[in-house]
Amino acid sequence: MIHSLFLINCSGDIFLEKHWKSVVSQSVCDYFFEAQEKAADVENVPPVISTPHHYLISIYRDKLFFVSVIQTEVPPLFVIEFLHRVADTFQVGSSNVGDTLPTGQLSNIPWRRAGVKYTNNEAYFDVVEEIDAIIDKSGSTVFAEIQGVIDACIKLSGMPDLSLSFMNPRLLDDVSFHPCIRFKRWESERVLSFIPPDGNFRLISYRVSSQNLVAIPVYVKHNISFKENSSCGRFDITIGPKQNMGKTIEGITVTVHMPKVVLNMNLTPTQGSYTFDPVTKVLTWDVGKITPQKLPSLKGLVNLQSGAPKPEENPSLNIQFKIQQLAISGLKVNRLDMYGEKYKPFKGVKYVTKAGKFQVRT
Amino acid sequence: MTDSKYFTTTKKGEIFELKAELNSDKKEKKKEAVKKVIASMTVGKDVSALFPDVVNCMQTDNLELKKLVYLYLMNYAKSQPDMAIMAVNTFVKDCEDPNPLIRALAVRTMGCIRVDKITEYLCEPLRKCLKDEDPYVRKTAAVCVAKLHDINAQLVEDQGFLDTLKDLISDSNPMVVANAVAALSEIAESHPSSNLLDLNPQSINKLLTALNECTEWGQIFILDCLANYTPKDDREAQSICERVTPRLSHANSAVVLSAVKVLMKFMEMLSKDLDYYGTLLKKLAPPLVTLLSAEPELQYVALRNINLIVQKRPEILKHEMKVFFVKYNDPIYVKLEKLDIMIRLASQANIAQVLAELKEYATEVDVDFVRKAVRAIGRCAIKVEQSAERCVSTLLDLIQTKVNYVVQEAIVVIKDIFRKYPNKYESVIATLCENLDSLDEPEARAAMIWIVGEYAERIDNADELLESFLEGFHDESTQVQLQLLTAIVKLFLKKPTETQELVQQVLSLATQDSDNPDLRDRGYIYWRLLSTDPVAAKEVVLAEKPLISEETDLIEPTLLDELICYIGTLASVYHKPPSAFVEGGRGVVHKSLPPRTASSESTESPETAPAGAPPGEQPDVIPTQGDLLGDLLNLDLGPPVSGPPLATTSVQMGAVDLLGGGLDSLMGDEPEGIGGPNFVAPPAAAVPASLGAPIGSGLSDLFDLTSGVGTLSGSYVAPKAVWLPAMKAKGLEISGTFTRQVGSISMDLQLTNKALQVMTDFAIQFNRNSFGLAPAAPLQVHAPLSPNQTVEISLPLNTVGSVMKMEPLNNLQVAVKNNIDVFYFSTLYPLHILFVEDGKMDRQMFLATWKDIPNENEAQFQIRDCPLNAEAVSSKLQSSNIFTIAKRNVEGQDMLYQSLKLTNGIWVLAELRIQPGNPSFTVLQLSLKCRAPEVSQHVYQAYETILKN
Repeated sequence: MIHSLFLINCSGDIFLEKHWKSVVSQSVCDYFFEAQEKAADVENVPPVISTPHHYLISIYRDKLFFVSVIQTEVPPLFVIEFLHRVADTFQVGSSNVGDTLPTGQLSNIPWRRAGVKYTNNEAYFDVVEEIDAIIDKSGSTVFAEIQGVIDACIKLSGMPDLSLSFMNPRLLDDVSFHPCIRFKRWESERVLSFIPPDGNFRLISYRVSSQNLVAIPVYVKHNISFKENSSCGRFDITIGPKQNMGKTIEGITVTVHMPKVVLNMNLTPTQGSYTFDPVTKVLTWDVGKITPQKLPSLKGLVNLQSGAPKPEENPSLNIQFKIQQLAISGLKVNRLDMYGEKYKPFKGVKYVTKAGKFQVRT
Repeated sequence: MTDSKYFTTTKKGEIFELKAELNSDKKEKKKEAVKKVIASMTVGKDVSALFPDVVNCMQTDNLELKKLVYLYLMNYAKSQPDMAIMAVNTFVKDCEDPNPLIRALAVRTMGCIRVDKITEYLCEPLRKCLKDEDPYVRKTAAVCVAKLHDINAQLVEDQGFLDTLKDLISDSNPMVVANAVAALSEIAESHPSSNLLDLNPQSINKLLTALNECTEWGQIFILDCLANYTPKDDREAQSICERVTPRLSHANSAVVLSAVKVLMKFMEMLSKDLDYYGTLLKKLAPPLVTLLSAEPELQYVALRNINLIVQKRPEILKHEMKVFFVKYNDPIYVKLEKLDIMIRLASQANIAQVLAELKEYATEVDVDFVRKAVRAIGRCAIKVEQSAERCVSTLLDLIQTKVNYVVQEAIVVIKDIFRKYPNKYESVIATLCENLDSLDEPEARAAMIWIVGEYAERIDNADELLESFLEGFHDESTQVQLQLLTAIVKLFLKKPTETQELVQQVLSLATQDSDNPDLRDRGYIYWRLLSTDPVAAKEVVLAEKPLISEETDLIEPTLLDELICYIGTLASVYHKPPSAFVEGGRGVVHKSLPPRTASSESTESPETAPAGAPPGEQPDVIPTQGDLLGDLLNLDLGPPVSGPPLATTSVQMGAVDLLGGGLDSLMGDEPEGIGGPNFVAPPAAAVPASLGAPIGSGLSDLFDLTSGVGTLSGSYVAPKAVWLPAMKAKGLEISGTFTRQVGSISMDLQLTNKALQVMTDFAIQFNRNSFGLAPAAPLQVHAPLSPNQTVEISLPLNTVGSVMKMEPLNNLQVAVKNNIDVFYFSTLYPLHILFVEDGKMDRQMFLATWKDIPNENEAQFQIRDCPLNAEAVSSKLQSSNIFTIAKRNVEGQDMLYQSLKLTNGIWVLAELRIQPGNPSFTVLQLSLKCRAPEVSQHVYQAYETILKN
C-alpha cells in the first residue's frame, strides 16, 4: 500500500518522512516539486503524479502537503482518505508522543470503548447546512444544492442505544452514514438508530439537491465595468436578503479575485471594512450582518495598469454568510430516545446554515 | 499535556546520561528515558548505541513501555541485526503472554522487523497467533503473514501460512475476515496467476456478512475482493448487489467507489428488463454526485472514474449535468475533468444550459481551461446537431473578442464543424479570414488552410491567401506544410487557369526543397496524379470525405470494459490498464466484465462454448419428422417420387443407431472400389487435408494447398465430409462441403454409388432455413451413376429461398432423391459462406455502430493455439470476407477492428485482440457485437475454422 510518506511545507521543506517498507530517497519529491512549479498555484498541484518508478498521491491541507509514495496498484481514494485522517490526527494532537498511547480495541463495537463513565450525561447534535450555489449575471440560480451534516457530541455512560427521528425524513434521500448507524432501520423506518462512539463524531452527511428545496438567502446587485482605453473602472455591489425565513443573515464576507491588471481599488463601504491585496489581487469585504432598512453596499473606483488592455474576464464574487437557528432545507429533529441505560441524559439540537461554495458571476 | 520537553536538546553527554537512566531501577525513570530516546530517534539523532540498554527494558509488564521499546526496535533492528537477535526470546515469550494486546503487539512488531534472521524465529509464534482464541490477535497475525510474504515469500508458502490465511476468510470475527482478505489481496498482487482468493458462494456469503461489521478500510478490501468474483448467474449477481448497495451510503469515499465498482461490474449480468436493474441505476447516481462535494483530491479521482462510468452507462448521470458545472475556484485539474464530463453528458435536452456555461468559461482566466471550453463548444455542435447553429454563433462571438488563443481554438473547432455539416455554415468563412494574420499556432494555421482549400471556389482571393502562407513554407511545421500542399492542389483542381504557377511552386517546394519524406511523398503523388490523369486526380483529391464521428475521444469499448473492472484504482485515474504502467506486475491478468448469464436459460454462454471444439463438427442433427413431412412432401422434386413411402425412411433412420455396429461389419464385406468405406462419418475437422485428398477432387486439392497461405481466390473451404452414409441411403453416399467464390455460394457434392444398381433421376431440395439458402439450379447428374462410380457436382446456391429460423442456426436440412428413394440428411454450413464481399464498414460507421449496439449483444470468445501475427490473421480473414477496418497497437497487443456482413444484411462487428506470447500459444480474444446476437457463436466458429486452416 503506502510505501513512504513525506510532509512538505509551503516553502518546499520536507520536514517529516516515514517509511513503511524500505527507505525511498527524498529525491522522489523532486517530481512533486516539478509539478508544483508547473501548477503555479499550490492548490492546482495534481493529486496523482506518476514518476518513473513510483506514484505520488498527495493532499494539500492547512498549507501542508502530505505526499505518499506508492509502488503498486492501489485505490487512490483509499490513500487520499487515509492521508486526510493523518492530517486530522496532526491537527488534534500537538505531538505524536502522547502520555498514554491508545490501546487496542477489543469491544464488540469497534467504534466505542468499553467502560465509559460520565457524571453529566449529555448528547448534543449540530445540524449544519452549507449552501453551494452558482448565481449567474442576471441573478438566476444556475446551480444550487445543500450539503448538510449532523455532528454529534455524545458524552453518555455505558452502552447507550440511541434513536434519532426527524419531522421530515423524506428530505434525506442522499445520505452518508457513520458506520455505527443501523442501515436497515433507516431503510425501513427512516430512523437513525445507533450505539454512538464516545465524544465528537459526524453522524451523517447528506445532500439536498432538488432545486426547489434550496432557498437562496441573499442576493447581490453588482456593476463591475472597465472602460476601453482608460486606466480605471467602476465597482459597485449591494447585498440584500432574499429567502431568509425571517432570520438574520450574519457573518457576511465577500471575496473577489480581481483581474491581474487591477493595481488598486478605491472603495467606500456603507458598513463593515474592506481590504485589497495588490499582490494577490484579492478584495475582501467584511460586511457583518444585513439590516433590511439599509442594505450594505461597496462602491468606488478601480485603478488599472495603464496601457494594458481591458480585462476580458469579469471576476466572480465569493459570498460567505451564516444564519443561526435555521436549517435551510427545513430539516427538523423530532425526538431522541435512549435505550439500554437507565439514567436521563441531557439532550440538545442546534441548527445553523452557512454559505458553502457560494458564487455570484458578474 | 505537552510533550515538547522530550524534544529539548540536552547537553553533550546525552547518550551517556540516557544510558544511566535506562538502567535505573525506578520504573518511571526508565519509561521517561525510553521516551527521550524515541524523541531523539524521531528527530533523526543516532541513538543506536543504546540498543542493548533499550532492549533490556523490553521485559516489562507495562504495555506502554513495551510499545515504546518495540518502536525503537523496528527502527534500529535493520542496522543492528546481530543485536536484534537478542530480542527474539522476549518476542517469542510475549507471543504467549496472557494479555492478548501484548501477544498482538509482539507479532505485529516482529512482522515489521525486516531482518532475515528474525523472520526465521517468527514462524512458530505466528502460527500460534493465527489460531489464537482472541480475534484481535488473529487479525494482527493475518496482516503479519502479508508482511512476512513481502520479506520471504518462499518461507510463507513452505510454512503453509497461505492455507491458514484462506481459512481465516471463514472466521467468525468480521475484522479477522477483512484483514485476511487484505493480506491475501496484497499477496495475490505479486502472484497474479495464483488463485489465492478463489471465491465460492459460501466464502462470498462470509465476506458479505463481514462487510457490514468491519472497519471502513476492511470494507474496501472486501469490496475489491468481491469485484473479482464472477457470480454464476444473474440471481446471484443481484443478491450480491443488494447486499453491497448499503455501502453506497458510507462516509468514506473509497468505500463508496469500491461499492460502485462491484455494482457496475455485476450489473453487466442483469437483464435490463429487471425492475431491479432500474432501481440500481437510480441508486448509483446520488453517491457519485456526493463524491463531488468532498475535498478536491477526492473529487479528482471521483471525476476520472465518473468519466468512465458515463461512457459505459450514460443513463446513470444524465440528469445530473449541473453538478459538473465549474466553480471559478475549483483547482484546474478538477475544472478540466468536469468539462470533459459535461460534454459527454450533453444532449438535446440540456444543450442550452451547457452552452451558456461553456460561454461563461471561455472568458475565464486560466488559458488551458479557456481553450478546452472553446473546443467543448465545437464538440457540442458536432454531438448535438440541433445545437450546431447556436454553437457556431457562440464561436463567432468568441472570435470577435480577438483574444488570440480563443480565436485559434475556435478556428480549429469550426473546421471540424465544417467536416460534420458540409455546405451549411460557409457564410462564416469571411469572418474567419479576417483573423488569418493572428494565427500563430500550427493547428490553427493548418485548420484555416484546410478551410480555404476546401472552399476555394467560394473564396475569391483563395489563391492570394494561400500564396501568403507559401512565402514562409520552410518555416512552417509539417502539419501546416502538408495541409498547404493539399489545399493548393485542391485550389488548382477547382480553378486551374489562375493557379498553375502556384501549384508548380508548392510542388517543387515540397518535392525538391524538403527533407521531410512524408511531404516529398505526398508532393510526388500529387505531381504524378496531376501530370498523368487530372480527372483521376480530381476524383482522388476532391473525393467526398467521410463524415467525422460525434465523439472524438471515446475510450475503446474493450478497454473501457476492462477499466470498469478497475474502478477506484490507479488504472481508473490514468485510463490505462494496470499492465500498462504498474511496475513489477509479473504476469498480465486482464479483467473483463462478466457475460450476461440468466439463470433461467441453460443454453451455451460464450464462456461455456467449447473453445477447442473442432470446427465443423457434425452433431447428429436429425430433423423432426413433423418438419420433414410438412415441408418435403410438398416439394416439387421433378421426377415423380418412387419407392417406399416416407414412413419407411424415417423408421430406417431411427433404426440406424441401433443397428449401426452390425451394419457396419456387414457392409464392410461388400466389394469396394475406393479405399475402405467410412460408414461412421468422421467429424470433418478430424480428417486432415492430406487424408481427405484421395477422395477429394482436383479442385479441392488446390484449395487444400493454398488455404494455409491465405488465398485470394475465395473463402476457406473445408474438406468434404460425409453427409449421408451409404447405409442410410440404400447405397448412395453423399459427401460435400460449401464454398464461396467471388460472391457465389455453391455446395460441392460428391455422390458415390455403393449399391449394386444404377442410380438415376437425381434431384435435390432444401428445407426452409435461417438464411434462405436454396439451390440456384437443379442438381445435374448427367449420366446414370453406376455401382462404385463417383461423381463430383458443384451445385450453385442462392439466398433467396424462404426463411425459417433453425436450431442450430446454421442447420440445413436436405432431401435428395434418386430412382431408388428419397433420402434426408442434415448438415451444418459454415457461416462464412454467407459473408458478402462488401462487408467492409466505414470507420466512422463502425465506431458509431459499435457504440450503438447494446452491450448485452456483445459476446466474447477465445481462439487458442493460433500462432499468427496480425497481418497473417488479417489477410486470412480477408479472403473469407472478414474485413479489417483498423488496426491498433495497445500496450504491445495488436487490436484488429473488423466487420462482416451476412447475405441477409446483418452486420457483425468484431474486435480481435492478439496477445503475443509464446508462438505456439497465442491466444486471440474475439469480441463480437451484432444486433442479432444469436449469430455470434457461429461467426466465432467461422473465425476459428478460417484461422486454423
